[in-house]
Amino acid sequence: MKLYGKYFLIQLKSKMEYKTSFLLTCIGQFLISFHVFLGVYFMFRRFPEVAGFTYEEVLLCFGITLLEFSLAEAVARGFDCFSGIIRQGEFDRIMVRPRNEILQVLGSRMEFTRIGRMLQAVVMFSYGVTVSHITWNFPKVMTLLFMLIGGTAVFSGIFLLFASICFFTLEGLEIFNIFTDGAKEYGKYPVSIYGKRVLQICTFVIPYSLVQYYPLTFLLDRGKPWHGLLPIAACLFLLPCFALWKCGVRHYTSCGS
Amino acid sequence: MKSHVFPLLQLSRLRKYIAFFRLRFTMGLQYRTAAFAGIVTQFIWGIMEILMFRAFYQTACAASSAHESVLTAAGSGVFPMTFEATCTYVWMQQAFLALFMAWMMDNDIFADIINGNVSYELCRPIDIYNMWFAKSLATRCSKAVLRCMPILLVAALLPKPYGLMAPAGGMSFLLFLFTLMTGLAVTVAFCMIIYISAFFTLSPDGIRMMAMSTVEFFSGAVIPIPFFPDRLKGFFELLPFASMQNVPLRIYSGDLSGHAMWRAILIQLFWLFLLIAAGKLLCRAAMRKITLQGG
Repeated sequence: MKLYGKYFLIQLKSKMEYKTSFLLTCIGQFLISFHVFLGVYFMFRRFPEVAGFTYEEVLLCFGITLLEFSLAEAVARGFDCFSGIIRQGEFDRIMVRPRNEILQVLGSRMEFTRIGRMLQAVVMFSYGVTVSHITWNFPKVMTLLFMLIGGTAVFSGIFLLFASICFFTLEGLEIFNIFTDGAKEYGKYPVSIYGKRVLQICTFVIPYSLVQYYPLTFLLDRGKPWHGLLPIAACLFLLPCFALWKCGVRHYTSCGS
Repeated sequence: MKSHVFPLLQLSRLRKYIAFFRLRFTMGLQYRTAAFAGIVTQFIWGIMEILMFRAFYQTACAASSAHESVLTAAGSGVFPMTFEATCTYVWMQQAFLALFMAWMMDNDIFADIINGNVSYELCRPIDIYNMWFAKSLATRCSKAVLRCMPILLVAALLPKPYGLMAPAGGMSFLLFLFTLMTGLAVTVAFCMIIYISAFFTLSPDGIRMMAMSTVEFFSGAVIPIPFFPDRLKGFFELLPFASMQNVPLRIYSGDLSGHAMWRAILIQLFWLFLLIAAGKLLCRAAMRKITLQGG
């Protein structure tokens, strides 16, 4: 943990060498998420509700998903450039050091500009929570907390999963964007609006809806109480991801150069 | 050379840039696996987008009139476009994504400016603006050529309201092709200004990110411009961003026609000339005060 802190400081210092660019990038990040919000807002100016969800409810959903994603990104986005690490043979260097590999990969690159998105996520989250007409009690607050933890775990798991696949493909594949950025993008609406088939995939294949749709129905007094506990089950998603990573490390043959 | 008549001279000058275009174009065609992954990604992306719009249309239709056929209902006030036209818009957008997405910028150009390699380009007897323009155009075209066909083909085979519909008419198809090219040129001209700004800032990430997100939203990539609130719509349609993908995609589906269409095309041409002129001026200013980086 101390090592992670050190990586954090080094990265922060190197980024601070270009202050204006850093600031503009932060604003850009903020704008991107803000424009997504505007898109939702404009749609609801025209249509009062979608598949039984009102504007306020969708906002809550959007805020939660965005915050989950930003938290996961803050922790695990380092995996994003993992294909580069493999291809340039930097992973050899990581392997010979007597420290945990995952920690080193995460420390090798941090995106502080994501703070813009994080800020936007926090604003959206607080706004969504305040405008939602939910009477908060203990189980609901706990559910909200579970959602954040579970969501962060699921998104981190996906980042880890795709990094592990790079062991075998040596190359990051564009298609994975659907599961990370795409999931964030489409997670602004509750998964159920996309239809039954999508909901099934997002329940049994990749557990997005366990941290989004089901607990949300509990928060809105439409689901059963046990729906509030599902985000905890979603944390189990990390296990296969971690197993694949271990498998990848064992099978790793340096690609030299 | 002396014997050349004037137009021929022009042509031979143009030939250099055509060569740059051809080189880049064939280079871009080499990345077929990447293109395949891109196609699948864009296809799923398109499906999700359409499912989202479907949810809105279904809900609104169920609320307004139960007897009207749900998905084929023409716009009854709330709908700025028919569901079919919206699906077509989404598929066209995915198919020609590479032509219009502002974030697909040429990293080589940025790298050249920052590490000083641009000095080699400046030694050549060519106009650097035109060369980069031709190269960016070629990169985008080659990507689009590889990707558009499979997407359009599959989208055309999808069942009725979800698929790609035939163009609204022969005339509008020709105009679609024309505005597609103009829209592409407007996009590239806009990107050129951002490339050139790297001469002044040397760290283009920030400006790039800001420009990207602005273009993305105001060009109708997040939601089509007709879905914007009515009062703002008139204003947004005047901006250069609306001259990018908005015009050709809506002409194709017949959503934009008649008087409004001709107006949109004029606005497109206006922005094209203005952006190119601005880019060239900026480029000349940059050349005058250029400091080469690196050594």
